[in-house]
Amino acid sequence: MKRYIIEKSKVNEWLKQIIKSTERVLAPVKDGEKVYFRPITSPQETDYDSVTTTESAKETVFPRTETLFRFKTEGKDTTLSEVSAESYPQTVLWRARPCDAVGFLPLDAIFNWDYKDNIYNLRRAKLTIVSFSCNTSDSCCFCTSVGGGPGNTEGTDILVTLLNDERALAEVVTEKGEKLISLCPTLFKAVESDEDKSSALAKISSRFTSEQVQEHLKNAFDSSIWKQQSARCIGCGACAFVCPTCACFDIQDDKCGRDGKRIRCWDSCGFSLFTKHTSGYNPRPEQSMRWRQRLLHKFSYMPDRIKVLGCTGCGRCSRACPVDMNIAEHLYSIANYNHEK
Amino acid sequence: MKNNIYLPYVMTIDRIIEEAPGVRTFRLKFKDKEEENAFSFRAGQFAEYSAFGEGECTFCIASSPTRKEYIECTFRKAGRVTSGLERLEEGATMGFRGPFGNFFPIEEWKGKNLLFVAGGIALPPMRCVIWNILDRRDEFGDITIVYGAKSENDLVYKQELKEWGERSDVRLVTTVDPGGETPSWKGEVGFVPSILEKTAPSSANSIAVVCGPPVMIKFSFPVLEKLGFADDCIYTTLENRMKCGVGKCGRCNIGKYYVCKDGPVFTKKQLNDLPSEY
Amino acid sequence: MSNLEETARSLFKEEKVNLIIGFEEGSRHPRPFFCTSTDDIPKLILDKRCHNNTAVYLTKKDLLGTGLVGIVATLRVLKSALQLSLENQINEGQFIFIAGEDASDVQVLKDKASIQSYVDAHPEIPDSKVEERLHHIESMSREDRWAFWKNELSKCIRCYACRAACPLCYCERCVAEVNCPQWIDPWAAPLSNMEWQVNRAMHMAGRCTGCGACYEACPLDLPINLLTKELSSEISEDFGKGISGNVLSSFNPADKENFFK
Repeated sequence: MKRYIIEKSKVNEWLKQIIKSTERVLAPVKDGEKVYFRPITSPQETDYDSVTTTESAKETVFPRTETLFRFKTEGKDTTLSEVSAESYPQTVLWRARPCDAVGFLPLDAIFNWDYKDNIYNLRRAKLTIVSFSCNTSDSCCFCTSVGGGPGNTEGTDILVTLLNDERALAEVVTEKGEKLISLCPTLFKAVESDEDKSSALAKISSRFTSEQVQEHLKNAFDSSIWKQQSARCIGCGACAFVCPTCACFDIQDDKCGRDGKRIRCWDSCGFSLFTKHTSGYNPRPEQSMRWRQRLLHKFSYMPDRIKVLGCTGCGRCSRACPVDMNIAEHLYSIANYNHEK
Repeated sequence: MKNNIYLPYVMTIDRIIEEAPGVRTFRLKFKDKEEENAFSFRAGQFAEYSAFGEGECTFCIASSPTRKEYIECTFRKAGRVTSGLERLEEGATMGFRGPFGNFFPIEEWKGKNLLFVAGGIALPPMRCVIWNILDRRDEFGDITIVYGAKSENDLVYKQELKEWGERSDVRLVTTVDPGGETPSWKGEVGFVPSILEKTAPSSANSIAVVCGPPVMIKFSFPVLEKLGFADDCIYTTLENRMKCGVGKCGRCNIGKYYVCKDGPVFTKKQLNDLPSEY
Repeated sequence: MSNLEETARSLFKEEKVNLIIGFEEGSRHPRPFFCTSTDDIPKLILDKRCHNNTAVYLTKKDLLGTGLVGIVATLRVLKSALQLSLENQINEGQFIFIAGEDASDVQVLKDKASIQSYVDAHPEIPDSKVEERLHHIESMSREDRWAFWKNELSKCIRCYACRAACPLCYCERCVAEVNCPQWIDPWAAPLSNMEWQVNRAMHMAGRCTGCGACYEACPLDLPINLLTKELSSEISEDFGKGISGNVLSSFNPADKENFFK
């Protein structure tokens, strides 16, 4: 990891250069009360006040609707054609959060587990992440309970910390990050010693550990806690869709006459039809079973099978939920519940 | 494996066989000869079959891997995609993406006696492994097949059943549900589990493969246990709603196991460890 | 008049309810709460912050179980319940409504007539924010209005929180979930989002009680309640207020036909 110091007042100059030399720069942009990652053409459009964006950054590598290939039928014959790699834009994700950056790791694992999803990998290779440390948090944040932190560098290409004086620290983790630094070499001064950034970070106390949760989940399949916790859940997909690590999808055909495309779109295990067979049989007919699936998948199955936790502690699901299914609250309960009861 | 894991092979429908009311078999050939030469699979694996414009559907590969010139699948018209497939004629093109999943470990079964128990539309996955075994007949011991359907008309692979029945190295028992027999029916009458009990194949040095509707499996397992089959000698295939077939869309899991990756072939011993969500 | 806690206790004890659906304190604001025993009664709260329209649970059969169910009912819950009753989704005697806007002052309502009188006696205070936004959109030109909705609805991620939160969206298989034929494309894209939202407004026509649950549920704050509310007010203008039965399924020979040209 290489460390650089840049004057806070010069950060916008650097961003201007990045905008000039990148096809697309996404940054948090305010829209009413909400904040979204949107393309920016000038540094001034960036919002630095929000704790985090309403939606996650997973759209950069896993869009809500994505063409997998196209088909054309003439007579009895069908020809297939692929989407060209050039159509995926070179992207810099500016002012993401450490919880956004670490969220790409479960996605990398899912889309490369055994079979490699090259559409995902193409988009991923063209993405450079510049995350900013958090000096504030809100009541829904719980990154420190799942192995994360407000100054974490996991998953990012560069982490920028605005220090308590006029300087900012840029920790460069990858080659991609180094390329961005080299756009403005005179603005950056390499530093050898470890700069203490902890005083510039938000204080987020951990409420539980993911190991505690995993341990409790081992024998929790038939626990009565699922019905209790999920009673008020109305079965929408808000939590899954704003989550940075949820990657469940549907595959559909979009046809126009005899031509069309096969697309992939977001789906959620919380929907009642998600696992329903054509015969009408549904292995998860009740909401409590779907809630259980959500939690077990993120905190038990994913760590077990692909060695990565399915949660970054960003708290978006809790903020988006119409009935306040506060996941940190639920996880705390699970970590302190006698499931044998 | 192709570069784009979602891109299917384009196949031409070489032949359509009407198996039973609403049930068809498609014999498919690769449009691209190079793809055909490079392709191989193992008995038990499944694939995603496309009706372009309607979507994809999961069926097992019903033909044997020993027959390289074609791929076969058998399906019942049930929903949108199968309705789209049913509208296709011989010579039309459709998609085939696979093979996916695990397979029957037939190498481990060499020298053993084999018992195949199937019901209704679940004969297709079995048919693949049966032909695989029959094409290598002298590597295996006794072969017993117990197959039943609701009525005589609902039996699939009628031509194959005739062939298997005529072989002296195969013991075939066919049955129909009580009430499903016609006056000319010469086979058994009774539900598959009870006919299985009546047939009473020996469990000594034997492997059992059971495929069928959940209720048939539920009642066949106790019969096999009674006959002395150990849980790791009983194989079955599971089905679940699927989309990607490659463990990414998150839909087909039973607990931490994905039917598309850890299945569709499971032993009864593995089933015992699965949580009850299938 | 009595308070919520006393009323809840007597419902469990005398009326033998198994469950009271109410509100409890949440992380940042009140949330729905399923009170299944007298031990949990102290958690029940009721004040003007209780926005969720808990009538959405009245049609969830596997949650309600068997037996009598009590429900803490703000005005919007009661109005939804009346509409559900009109549409034969709930029956008299199935629920006991603990009506009120504050925990210190609630009354028990058991039958349709008393619920209707309560609702009539408490006319709705229009939400100034909603009225302002409606007015703003109404004053736009047609082109600007279309651009406004195109922009808003292109953001929709098709999470269906709007549908899930609406007490009147109780269809076991929503039109958006039918794939044979595929009436509405299920993926998030500007055109199909428009198809979905317009369709929902049409299916709400004349039924929407204006509770705003769809807007409050939307994680992106899309003002979709304005669509359903506006359509409902146009309908009451064209076809008269308080018609019995639903607009799409009722016919009156005296209905205006001046839109035929």
